[in-house]
Parts: sequence; C-alpha cells; structure tokens
Amino acid sequence: MSASATGLRSWLTTTDHKRIGLLYFWTAFVFFLVGGLEALVIRAQLAGPNGTLVSAEAFNQLFTMHATTMVFLALMPLTAAFFNYIVPLQIGARDVAFPRLNAFSYWVFLLGGLFMNASFLFGAAPDGGWFGYANLTSKQYSPGLNIDFWLLGLQILGIASLAAGFNFIVTILNLRAPGLKMMRLPVFTWMVLVTQFLIITAFPVITVALVLLMFDRFFGTSFYLPAGGGNPVLWQHLFWIFGHPEVYILILPAMGIVSEVLPTFSRKPLFGYTVVVYSGVLIGFMGWGVWSHHMFSVGLGPIADSFFAATTLLIAIPTGVKIFNWIATLWGGQIRFAAAMKFALGFIAMFIIGGLSGVSHAAPPADLQQTDTYYVVAHIHYVLFGGTVFGLFAGMYYWWPKMTGRLLDERLGNWHFWLTFIGMNLAFFPMHFIGLLGMPRRIYTYGPELGVSTMNLVSTIGAFLIGIAALIFVYNMWRTRRHGAVAGDDPWGGATLEWSISSPPPPHNFDVIPTVASRLPRWSATQLKAIPEGAETAAPVHVPAGSWWPLIAASSLPIMATGAIGRMLPVVLAGVAILIVGIYRWAYEPFEA
Amino acid sequence: MTHATSLGLDSRKLAFWTFIGSECLLFGSLISTYLIYKGKSLVGPYPPEILDIPFTSFSTFDLLMSSLWMVLALAAVQRGDMKWAKVWLFGTALGGLIFLGGQVYEFSSFVHEGLTLQRNIFGATFFVLTGCHGAHVTVGVIWLLTLWVRALQGKLGPEHAMTVEITGLYWHFVDVVWIVIFTLVYLIQ
Amino acid sequence: MDQGTPAHDHSHPTAGTYIRVATILLIITVVEVGVFYVPAFKPVLVPTLLMLSAVKFTLVVMFYMHLKMDSRFFTFIFGGPLLLASGMMIGLLFLFGVFVLGR
Repeated sequence: MSASATGLRSWLTTTDHKRIGLLYFWTAFVFFLVGGLEALVIRAQLAGPNGTLVSAEAFNQLFTMHATTMVFLALMPLTAAFFNYIVPLQIGARDVAFPRLNAFSYWVFLLGGLFMNASFLFGAAPDGGWFGYANLTSKQYSPGLNIDFWLLGLQILGIASLAAGFNFIVTILNLRAPGLKMMRLPVFTWMVLVTQFLIITAFPVITVALVLLMFDRFFGTSFYLPAGGGNPVLWQHLFWIFGHPEVYILILPAMGIVSEVLPTFSRKPLFGYTVVVYSGVLIGFMGWGVWSHHMFSVGLGPIADSFFAATTLLIAIPTGVKIFNWIATLWGGQIRFAAAMKFALGFIAMFIIGGLSGVSHAAPPADLQQTDTYYVVAHIHYVLFGGTVFGLFAGMYYWWPKMTGRLLDERLGNWHFWLTFIGMNLAFFPMHFIGLLGMPRRIYTYGPELGVSTMNLVSTIGAFLIGIAALIFVYNMWRTRRHGAVAGDDPWGGATLEWSISSPPPPHNFDVIPTVASRLPRWSATQLKAIPEGAETAAPVHVPAGSWWPLIAASSLPIMATGAIGRMLPVVLAGVAILIVGIYRWAYEPFEA
Repeated sequence: MTHATSLGLDSRKLAFWTFIGSECLLFGSLISTYLIYKGKSLVGPYPPEILDIPFTSFSTFDLLMSSLWMVLALAAVQRGDMKWAKVWLFGTALGGLIFLGGQVYEFSSFVHEGLTLQRNIFGATFFVLTGCHGAHVTVGVIWLLTLWVRALQGKLGPEHAMTVEITGLYWHFVDVVWIVIFTLVYLIQ
Repeated sequence: MDQGTPAHDHSHPTAGTYIRVATILLIITVVEVGVFYVPAFKPVLVPTLLMLSAVKFTLVVMFYMHLKMDSRFFTFIFGGPLLLASGMMIGLLFLFGVFVLGR
C-alpha cells in the first residue's frame, strides 16, 4: 500500500489529503519566511530618512514581491494546508472528492511560486505593485521581463486555486459523514466552503484581466492603453472585482479557525452558531458588491461613490455580528490561555482595529486623504497580519498535535505570541499616523522634513521583533519534532470529529465512518459512543495508490510560461503537449478513489 | 464511483456544474470588456462594416444542431444503443469542427479586410472574446472525438452515461455562450 | 441528509422532446436574424433581441442541460455565479457609462 510508504517517490505521487496538506504547509511556510525577509529589507531601508540600503528599483521589486508572495504564496496556501488536512477529518471523510486533482493543485501552486520567484535570478522580479495598475505595467513603462513573470505566475497560481476550489466545494457538500447536516458542519468547514465559492467566482475575473494584460504586452493590443482606445481604469475594475473577494478569501478561513479555537478553549459551544455561519455567507456574498471602494480616487462620480460607500458600510454589520458572537462565546467560559487561544484572542483585538480603519476608508472624502498612504498599509496589516496571520498561528498551535502527533511547546508559544503581538503593534500602529501625515506608500525613501522619521524607526523595530518571534516559532517547530510532548488523540478536548482519531491519523483516517447526531459530536454524551474510537477494522480499508500524472500535468504550466517569457513558441507547444498527455494518462489510468 | 454521497448527487457532475458557474464569470468578464469598449475604436474597420450576419447565422445554426446531436448521443448511450451513440457523437464533433472552420474563415477574412488584434479596440475585444469561445469549442471537439474513438473501440457503454452527460454539459454551455455572443456581438451592433 | 445513491434515475427527456426544443431554438434564431433585417423593429431591436436570446439560453439550460428535471441544487450552483456575473456586467456597464440613467 503506497500511501503508507515513505521516500521521495511516495511524496511526489501522493494523493493523500494529509500529505498534501503538509506539503502545502511547508511550502507556504517557506514562502512566508521569504516574504517576511523581503518585508524586513523594506523596513530596514525605511528605518531612517534618505535610506540607501537598496535602490529604488530594488525597492519596487521588494514591495511587489512581498505582497504577491504573502497573498498568493503564503497566506492562501497556508489556509489551503488546513483545508487539506482538517476539512476531510472534520466531515468524517477518507479523502477529498478528487484526490489527484488535489495533488495537481499543490504541484501547480509550488511550480507557479517557483516560477514567480525565478524572476529574481534574472534580476527582473515583478515591480508594479501587487495590484499592478495599468499603465505602469504597459510595455512602454515596464519594458523588462518583470511584469511578464508576474502576469504569467499569477495565471498559473490561479489555476491551482480554481482546481482546489471545485474539489473542496464537492468534498464539503458531498462527502459528509452520515448525519452531518450542513447546519452541523464545524464553522471552519463552513468558512472554507464560502471561501471556495469566492475563489471559483473571483479568480476567473483576474484571469481575464491578466490575459488582457498579456495580450497588451505580448501581442500589441491596447486593452489598457488610451492611445489605442483602451482604458486603464478597466484594469482597476477587473482587478478589484477579484481583489475584494480575495481579501475575504484570506480572512474567512482565519475566522473559521478562530471559531473552532475559542469554543474549545472556553469549554463552551460557539455562541450563535447559526448567526456566525450566515454572517460568513453574507460577508462572502456582499464582498462582491464593494469593489469600487478601492477606487474612490479615480473619480467615479457621486452615484457610484455613494453606492459603494453604502455597501462597504453594510459589510461592517455581519462582521461586527461575528465579533460579538466570539466575545459572547468567551463569556462565562472556562478559559485556558494556551498559545492557540492567545492568538485567537489577539485575532479578535487586532481585527477590530483593522476593521475600524477599514470603515474609515468607506467614506469617500476620508478615503481620498488615505488612499496610497501608509494609513492603508496600516489597515491591511491589521486585517491580514493581525487577522489572517494570527488566525493561522492559532490554527497551527491548535492542529499541530493532530498533524504531527506532538504538541508545540507552550512556553515558547507564549514568547512567540507576545513578541508577535507587541512587534506588530509597534510596526503597524504608527503607520496610521505616518500615512495621515502624508507619507505615500511604495516610496523607497523619505526626507527628514516630513517629520515621520521616529515613527518609521519604531515601525522598523516592531518589524524586527516580529522577525525574532518568527524565529522562535521556527525553533519551536524544530524542537517539537523530538522533544514535543506526545499529544494523544485529543489534547485539547475538542468537539469535532478530527479529535476522535489518532494523531497523526492513519492513511484512511477513519476505521469506521462515524455517524453524527449533533453539532458538537465529541461533547454530547450520547454521541460519544457513536464515534468508534480505534475500533477494530471490519475490513481492510483500501487506500488509493499514488499517481505521477498530477505532477506531470502540473509541470506543463511553468513550461508554457517559460516558453512565453523567452518568446519560444516550440517550448510553449511542448508544454501544451505535456498537458494533453498528462490529462489523458490521468483520465484513463486505473485509480480508485 | 458509485459511493453514496451526502447530497445524493454524482460528485463529478457537481464539480462540473461548479466549473460551469466559474466559467460564467470568465465569459462575463470578457463580454463586459467587449461591451465597455463598444464604439471606442479610434480607427476602422467598425463592426457594421465587417460582421457577416448571414454567414454567422449559419455558424449559429450549425452549433445549435450539434447541441441537438449531443443530447441525442446522450439518449442513445443511456438506452445502450451504441450504434447510434457513435453516429451522434461523431455528428456533434463534426458540427464543432464546421463551426471552427467557419471561425478560421471569418478571422482570416477579417484580417484580410484590415481588422487585426492591434488595429483597433474592436479588433482586440472581438478576437479575444470569440477566440476564447473558439478555444472552448476546440477543447470540446477533442473531448468528443475521444469519446467517439472510445466508442469505436467498444470501451464506451451505458455505464459511462455520466461521462457523456458531463461532456454534454460542457458542450451545451459552450453553445449557450455562443447564443449570448451572437446576440450581443453580431446582432446588436 | 440521508445517505443516498447518486440519482441516475432522474428522467431525462426523450429524443422527441429534444427535437421539439431544437425546432423552437431554430425558429427563434430565424426570428432573431429576421428582426435584425426589418427596419420597423429598429426602436425595439435591442430589447427584442435580448429577450429572444434569453429564451434560447433558458431552453438549452433547462432541457439540454437538464436543469428542469435535475436536482434543484445544480440550478443553484449554476444560477448563483450566473447572477454574480450578470450583476458584475450590469455594474461595469453603469460604471463605464454605457447605460445612462434617465435617458
């Protein structure tokens, strides 16, 4: 049975959702460290006025790659690591609906990320900002390969996300254990479902935007060039139609993790489960109607401004509802301040600050003062670092024992949390003032007369504190391999199905598929008996063998992109041929799922 | 693939419908781009000068008929009539090929009349939108021919009805997109 | 949410229904092209064509893609993104001034 085998081959051909989850985790974590290093170089450059550490060109590449890496190569795949590892366990399934497609998603992500970062080898890393506004990205203003790497890399990564999106929607809808009704699903799984719907609807739009940009740059069209009848504002619209759902793609999984951690460490069911679920669905849906609040400075006119301001303010309601529900969950609970809980509580506090500064962007007159300043940088870091990253760290401490069989050290976790918490507030809170005082974002240096030198230094110190905290976490992970306490099946007393099986789970997850009779199966006394724990296996569970074809099919995409970068048509065609062969062999190989 | 599922629906079919939902946004973005740039060309040729309605009406008719052959192929597979299934599958693919031939002819005659990707914004939006649709048709034709060859080899039977049904979903969706394009691009000029 | 088996038994329409639908689709296509050439329709050409196209769209989706008799869930999973796409198109056309209010 190859699923329990070891060795390189077994990892390259694996279709086990748990292994793919681990691959996602480690790959994304490395990218997370790379993106963090880029941030530290940025902060070092900005520590004092008239910094000379890097050139303006290098600075452009650094902030572009910092954001692109963090959004597409670190945070999204880190959430995907948990989707992969945890969702099938939470719904009582033996794997995802399409295991080979799952492997394909991972390989496409990995190769797309490597392709994007290969640009550094050519000294041509993307430098147009993560939202790559036209016409900065036009051939005229960006004649190098930088933008080509960016637009091809993002298209590859989009395919990974889309394939995973279809897979997880079907998995969650169709592979639930008997009795696990939709309104009994763990909130994390619910938020994953909403996230996947956002992915499969939002990513086609960015794909079209990127394809049009590709035609402009490769074939001389004028989609975003006024000289040829095009309009650069179209790029902004298409980008933000994708971009706003994208920020919910980043935050909803973290909200789901927090909604798991808080009840477990308060020994209380989540307050208002139904409302939390529907708020999440509503946030996802409303996320589609707010995109132009990123574009108030374009001058869209009073009707459009009013509409998008109103929808943006409305989104604060379901978000606020969730926050009150989380706080109410804590009320009267037996709270244990484990590291996972600290990060979850930190998430709530930091996300409130980020949410409030977000509401302040919703008013167009205020937004005009804030656009393109460090105020916006402060906002996104409170929601994406204080929010998403804190939620992910909470998830890592929470599920680490399930994924590895050993507990992360709590004392180191305590240091990790407090240094991160203090570091992030030092790093990002001053940015509110730096921005309101007039320092634009994405500028490689500033003069002393702006009066923001001290605050920038404080911000840089905070950033390095976060860096130290990250090192502590890396040490904690490394140390845990041998010295971590053995976790057992359920170290936290969790309520959901993943805690009913061994840590790490066997290849087939469940010896007997459980029958679920309540929302918190492990907490209701009647249910405990129904979940067979380590029951003797009635019949050997068949685990599908691995497959090479997902990896081979995935490899065709960077080959095509390389051909495009080098303007080598035969290479592109070779990529197409590999893709076709890969798909055929995949479709007709004997594989039992 | 006969495992029981929570919704009682086939997983592949469910996945395929989500894929089609996703495709709606893809074509929605492309069609929006076309409509936004309508009448924004700085130089000719402009749509009324160049679009050939009688010819495209024939292509539309052809794609419609191929959609009919597709459902007839599905009905034949479902009742186990592989003889007719082969006929209709090939007919469907042939309809797709004729459509593609028409598109090649249309594109080359447009280029001949001076409309290229680079010429004006109409050319850019037109070629990218209809080209993307054509790429979808191409994939569909390859898919259909694969099924047809499998049927000839005797490797496609009533037990593969779901595969044929999903192929059909793809093919009809491509047809539906053409219905929209035919109206928005060709008839409403 | 009981365990069910994949519904193979939902009744697909017969070849006769398919042919009737194709006939209607053909007739509508002929009408579309006809309307295009008749000058008298000029003032109502756009709404007429949009309506006819929508009818064709619906017929294909309902009968050839079986949404009429298949699980409502498929309609939901297709209809949701379709609505989003339509909303996005309408929103974009407003934002780019293709539609102007009150004209």
